[in-house]
Amino acid sequence: MTAQRKWQLWRTGVFLAALAPLVLWSGQVASNAAGPEPGRYLLLNIGLGGLWMLLLTLSLTPLTKLTRWKGFALIRRQLGLWTLAYASLHLLSYALFILGLDWAMLGSELIERPYILVGLLALIGLVALGATSNRWSMRRLGKRWKPLHKLSYPILGLILLHFFWGVRADLGEWTLYATASALIMATRLPPVARRLPRLRQRLISA
Amino acid sequence: MLIKIAKPSDLRESDVTPESVYLSRRRFMGGMAGLGAGLALSGRAKASADYSDVPDGDAPAWLQAKLGAARPRAIVPDDPEKDAIAPFGDASGYNNFYEFGTGKSDPARHADGLETQPWSVVIDGEVNNGGRFNLEDFASPSHFEERIYRLRCVEAWSMVIPWLGISLADVIKRAEPTSKARYVRFETLVDPEQMPGQRSSFSLIDWPYVEGLRLDEAMQPLTLLALGMYGRELPNQNGAPLRLVVPWKYGFKSIKSIVRISLVEEQPVNSWQRIAPEEYGFYANVNPEVDHPRWSQATERRLPNSLFNPNTLDTRMFNGYADEVAELYAGMDLRKHF
Repeated sequence: MTAQRKWQLWRTGVFLAALAPLVLWSGQVASNAAGPEPGRYLLLNIGLGGLWMLLLTLSLTPLTKLTRWKGFALIRRQLGLWTLAYASLHLLSYALFILGLDWAMLGSELIERPYILVGLLALIGLVALGATSNRWSMRRLGKRWKPLHKLSYPILGLILLHFFWGVRADLGEWTLYATASALIMATRLPPVARRLPRLRQRLISA
Repeated sequence: MLIKIAKPSDLRESDVTPESVYLSRRRFMGGMAGLGAGLALSGRAKASADYSDVPDGDAPAWLQAKLGAARPRAIVPDDPEKDAIAPFGDASGYNNFYEFGTGKSDPARHADGLETQPWSVVIDGEVNNGGRFNLEDFASPSHFEERIYRLRCVEAWSMVIPWLGISLADVIKRAEPTSKARYVRFETLVDPEQMPGQRSSFSLIDWPYVEGLRLDEAMQPLTLLALGMYGRELPNQNGAPLRLVVPWKYGFKSIKSIVRISLVEEQPVNSWQRIAPEEYGFYANVNPEVDHPRWSQATERRLPNSLFNPNTLDTRMFNGYADEVAELYAGMDLRKHF
């Protein structure tokens, strides 16, 4: 197998794995296994799936530093776009299944549930990143591309706030995601980031 | 001069049951009693044949007999078409019972092991006739009824559920409240071994879960202590073996798996009020005009719904029980006392 073919397979595998939860949840809705509120079931699962996608995307850089495996860098754009796809589907589920396309209700919902605005802001950020994720934009933006794409950090913060605001009585699940986020972000602190390649050396020699 | 204004719920001459019907009712009851005994022997306790798809429970014999002899459909919604009973699987598989986790399917997943036999209830505080009662002594002196109520969750969804139980007023009368009793305070079981939600170190609830009613709310005839639903005893996840059902208040008032009922002088601080007093009050009456700070209460999603039909209904004042209960709150500012 040529190297190119190998990477092609890897990317396709990642694509199918990222698609699988959506297929699974749709199947559960279709077979009436998603409970009495299937729209909300999709909404919440897809939203959480989007957070997973963003956390996975942001894990790729530290993983690359730690392992120097080329595969991680190769799926970064794809996972970033999956984050955007999940976030968009999350909003679409809200509009279709919760609002029932009742736009008059949207106005009052936005005022009464400020966390929806926070989520919307995060989605707008993701759209900006998705729109500039192609090679042409990278060339055009040049040096500005990288700082622009560091917007993914504040976007993660907005998503965690969006999630936190909806919690009613138990912060356990949220705390898990917030901790994972903090760990992933900590690998970007210069002192930690510098040590990652050294940690790799130690792991290899051990 | 005494001017008597008939309340909508007052009985009229035309409401009197003709004797022939009454007598045939006795025959029917006799038949039902026999049927009930037969069903009890076969391990079933169904108040009516409508629940053929509902799995059998494991109630003790005395409870099966009481449930089987309950007066069927004593209270029903005025529009049974619109307020159709939710499937048992939805009512028992999708609810909040934070003692077993915060997800809607957590209670059904984790409540299986809850030991409800034996069960005892303490009645204490401002009563002459308090003490610790086993569930049978507590409930069996009362008359059992089936009541089909709308249940409106504070999260803006609702279901219609057929409960089986006894009137709370009856229990309180037997306890003989003293003149100092002004409120009723309820407590749920605390048992972290059996209740995983109580083991969570991130829970904002300070266990035990506490709820309360004003004495006149507790004595309102609609207020029910449920021991069963869908013709059988309560599934654990729905608050077995004893829970409150106050149909004109948000669901969180209807405290589950009750172990203690206290008659008290001071207004109790209920659990949700303690966590977030700006979001949840003591009264928690269903009120479409007073929104939750994070969402509207003007409408509700009637469950089960489907993907492209959220089944959104306008929420009714006091959840549609205003004729019966509005007078309890006459002159009160319901925006302040939410």
